[in-house]
Amino acid sequence: MRMEWKHRHVLDLKDWTREEILLLLDQAKNMDDLMDRPIKKVPALRGKLVVNLFFEASTRTRVSFELAEKMLSADVVNWSASGSSVGKGETLRDTAWTLEAMGADAVVIRHGSVGSAHYLAKKLHRASVFNGGDGAYSHPTQALLDAYTAWKHFKNLEGRKISIIGDILHSRVARSDIRVFRELGCEIVLSGPETLMPLDVKALGVSYEPDPRKAVSGSDIVYLLRIQRERQEEGLFPSLDEYYLRFGADLDLVMHAKQEALVMHPGPINRRVEIDSSVADGAQSRILQQVRSGVAVRMALLYLCLGGVMA
Amino acid sequence: MKLREKARLMSETDIERALRRMAHEIVESNKGLKEVVLVGIQRRGVFLANRIREVLRQIEQEKVPTGELDITLYRDDLTLLHDHPVVHSTSMPLDITGKRIILVDDVIYTGRTIRAALDALMDLGRPSVVQLAVLVDRGHRELPVAPNFVGKNVPTSREEVVEVRVTEIDGINEVVICEREA
Repeated sequence: MRMEWKHRHVLDLKDWTREEILLLLDQAKNMDDLMDRPIKKVPALRGKLVVNLFFEASTRTRVSFELAEKMLSADVVNWSASGSSVGKGETLRDTAWTLEAMGADAVVIRHGSVGSAHYLAKKLHRASVFNGGDGAYSHPTQALLDAYTAWKHFKNLEGRKISIIGDILHSRVARSDIRVFRELGCEIVLSGPETLMPLDVKALGVSYEPDPRKAVSGSDIVYLLRIQRERQEEGLFPSLDEYYLRFGADLDLVMHAKQEALVMHPGPINRRVEIDSSVADGAQSRILQQVRSGVAVRMALLYLCLGGVMA
Repeated sequence: MKLREKARLMSETDIERALRRMAHEIVESNKGLKEVVLVGIQRRGVFLANRIREVLRQIEQEKVPTGELDITLYRDDLTLLHDHPVVHSTSMPLDITGKRIILVDDVIYTGRTIRAALDALMDLGRPSVVQLAVLVDRGHRELPVAPNFVGKNVPTSREEVVEVRVTEIDGINEVVICEREA
């Protein structure tokens, strides 16, 4: 069986159809199965060079990409901004051309500026670009791994309700998740302090409910976002303790969702800020499954975008 | 690429007879079915393996464990293809180490699929023996690979395509030979 795969890059998921997302999830399932084997390595990307270009701190995304690349037998180079030519003032464009001159077939980029992955994709003539998170705009691989985690559990996400709680305004994860889960037919409710909500909630096709208990009511998935401490210093909410009292996910909050609801979080988690240990380590938590899903989903993306030559 | 059907090589009855004979040969060559495991190569080999298992059950009253193997990630032509082969599932009913594996595929041609299948298999364990059963051998080997059990030998040209059709996927059991239309 063959199919046409038209995406050379994974930048945001704007132009992805539902069929493409479902195909990706299906392929990720087969990659997931590989992880249970004694030899967790297949030769699919032998001879391909992948560069992980990280301008922002990241542990799980970088390690997850690296594992996925290695499991597909690609050659992997890690290039971090600190202590490299970037620190000497090299522009992103020159870095891109340098990487291509070295023979990179793919570049994974995480950058604080919105649009950096798109820019890189425009400057590279041959290589694929995978967006590992750009500013507050997009984090496509996180959204796909979240969708995969939910899809693996529920099989069909059509009509499922998801409540996303936290700092939506600064969250690229929330933006990308909204995109993917809506495409898969989910209903989405946001909750969190009003100061951390985007102005265009309606335009995103989702609703806002200030009371988190009401927001999670009837939810199949409770999705918690990480609260960055610096937001409190900016005065967007009074204190971390107060945030926890009002929006933190404890057992009482989760009890308002459906009985079999899943709890998800992109990590790293702040215990007693957005999530209590009883929930993070509880039976409904899928946080560690999300980590595993991340490797499988990234393998599927690398395979689809690099496995064949694009026509 | 459009294909024009040239001739029917095997009918449903022909396929059944061939698989029945191959099943007998498998029993004979392995002196029974002890440690024998059938492994069908995705996708049509999987269904052919299931049919051989049914015949083996009739003639030996034994249910042979049967697995399925996807070789997509082991192919040597991934970068030559313009469209992507979809990855299918691989599952083994048991640890294949020490087992007598009968790989089952629909057609053997260049031998590259079998090369990939052997690599995929070795990553899953260390079988004591690997044998190969194919419904059609159409020649033109590019690697030193030979099947142990063959349903039908068919001399072909490289311009031709041999299609094995199974009811589970194609709605009919038959083998046809097609020609590429210019």
